[in-house]
Amino acid sequence: MESLDERPFPPGDYDVVLVGSGPGGLQTAYSLARTGIPRCAVISRDPAPGGMFRRFPVYQRLISWTKPDAPFERGTREYEWYDHNSLVGDEREHQALAPEFMDRTFDVPARPEMEAALVEFATRGDVRVRYGCEWLSTRREGEGFVLGTSDGEYRCRVCVFAIGVTEPWVAPIPGLEAAPHYVAANAPETYEGKSVFIVGKRNSGFELAQGLLPWARRIVLGSPRPVDTAMLAFSPLSIRYLSPYTEHVRGGTGSYVVDAAIERVERHANGYRIHASGTTWEGQLELEVDEVIAATGFRAPTLDLPTMGVAMVNDGRMPAQTPYWESVSVPGIYFAGNTTQASPGLRKHGATSSSGSVNGYRYNARVLARHIAEKHFGLGGERSLLNRDEVLPHLLGELAHAPELWTQKGYLARVVDIDGDGIRDEGIVPLADFVDRDDGDACAVAVEYDADGTVIPVVYLRRGGHLEEHHLPPHPLHRFGTDEHRQQLTACLAPILPRKAKASRL
Amino acid sequence: MQLGLAAVDAPTASYVDALARLSLFADLPHPQLEGLAHSFDEEVFAEGQRVMRQDVTGGGFYVILDGEAKVVIDGTERARLTRGDFFGEISILTDEAPAADVIATSVLRCLIIPDNELKAFLLKQPSVMYRMLQVEARRLRAANVWNR
Repeated sequence: MESLDERPFPPGDYDVVLVGSGPGGLQTAYSLARTGIPRCAVISRDPAPGGMFRRFPVYQRLISWTKPDAPFERGTREYEWYDHNSLVGDEREHQALAPEFMDRTFDVPARPEMEAALVEFATRGDVRVRYGCEWLSTRREGEGFVLGTSDGEYRCRVCVFAIGVTEPWVAPIPGLEAAPHYVAANAPETYEGKSVFIVGKRNSGFELAQGLLPWARRIVLGSPRPVDTAMLAFSPLSIRYLSPYTEHVRGGTGSYVVDAAIERVERHANGYRIHASGTTWEGQLELEVDEVIAATGFRAPTLDLPTMGVAMVNDGRMPAQTPYWESVSVPGIYFAGNTTQASPGLRKHGATSSSGSVNGYRYNARVLARHIAEKHFGLGGERSLLNRDEVLPHLLGELAHAPELWTQKGYLARVVDIDGDGIRDEGIVPLADFVDRDDGDACAVAVEYDADGTVIPVVYLRRGGHLEEHHLPPHPLHRFGTDEHRQQLTACLAPILPRKAKASRL
Repeated sequence: MQLGLAAVDAPTASYVDALARLSLFADLPHPQLEGLAHSFDEEVFAEGQRVMRQDVTGGGFYVILDGEAKVVIDGTERARLTRGDFFGEISILTDEAPAADVIATSVLRCLIIPDNELKAFLLKQPSVMYRMLQVEARRLRAANVWNR
């Protein structure tokens, strides 16, 4: 770690400026440093690595799993699917750091364990950051941007914002501003014997309710959208936060989950009065409670980006992005980390990317670094060549074990280009980008949910300008390398593979 | 990490306000509009970005909140779409992959209802289904040329 008197990246001219030192920032910085782009600066207002995990979750336990022991050895690419919290390195000593810090009380890390793993990644991976340098403003200048910071101005051609989605967002409900937000909720014991109304029924709402179950007299969670029990089966929420909902469904011991639009919140001497209208039922609700907590979520701290023309989505809470995480309205501005969840992918059957958690956006960062190097700086672009006979085992292996495909289901794909010059492994790319390209013949494989929510391998072929989609069969143990899969993939590939090998591996 | 409530620019029209302006949802009372806004995502596409894809399965039902798009079949432009227009429902109702691409011709903002949630939504909100049916009837009348 740098000491204050040798802080790297002073203000000045750079190729790329990256803002943020949370897991998204660290992963992007690590990957950018390996692209060959000569001048990449990384700045952060924080004093140390870790981002949101220096403080959150408020009740100090994550919801994403890391299995210290797994069918694959720690440090292998295949192991990454069993470890959703470590950042991904190019060398063994940078890999699989989260399990090194876990005490195995749970299969999900505690917040300090996660923070320690991130600090270790920054140290071992030599991720250099100018800490204590706060981004304050943004403007365009020529073909690039100028970022005003607490240390001075940075000029760059490309900026990447890995700024998290950590700024409290309070829903525009009259009177709700008088209630504390989730981030300002007190220790659970301070709610002893109280009646608590939690506005919101997503991660933070259920996390609070779970924490308050042993203390509060009554807990009501309210928001317009019903809890989607079918979706909960796919949600990391199901690991820990479902007790309040279960209590409600079973008739409750003082826990209620209500579908209602909150019309207004009135503060009075002894507490609050809630006025609400049913959304899945008809009628009005008036509730007297001791405490109200706004668990209405977060927004990305985008400062002046919207006034610069960066289009926002999700009620203005996140920047809208292309499949490569570039602003849809201001080219040259990219996003990394948690914010990339605002690029949902093809949304087949409603399924969106896993970019709202470390396991998804760690791969986005790698793809992004390569994309920026190739598109803006003409660097890289080398691809491995494959023999004809290597294509089938390569793609089958990816479908079976590629952590990028398994984590970013329906978002990231493995692509092989096939043209007159040979067969090239294009690596991991956003599926939407593959589907929308009008290039030559190529094949992509992805892991997706089908219409019933079953995990299946999917093959996309682009041939003569037309796209074909083939669904391969599911397997009860998710084994996608069976003889049946081999046969079906062989049949899919036959029309685009050359009859004879045209190239050998470089 | 600092978590100060920095001053931020409010969006010009909230998501629920944008929904309220559309004739498709004109009969929904406010709590139902709130429910709609909380249940289904909005998405914003870059100019030139593909929104719906010919021959790719699993697509959703899209309602344009802002911006414009073109309908392209086998590379030929067939129609233009603008605020209040919707697409994707035919492929969901017939359980077939879309027969057209829809491509944004400006920054385009849409509401999206996933294929597997459209039926339940329409059955719960018959007023929306009725207004959809009116639009489909007009499209059918415009498409048919009867021999006299």
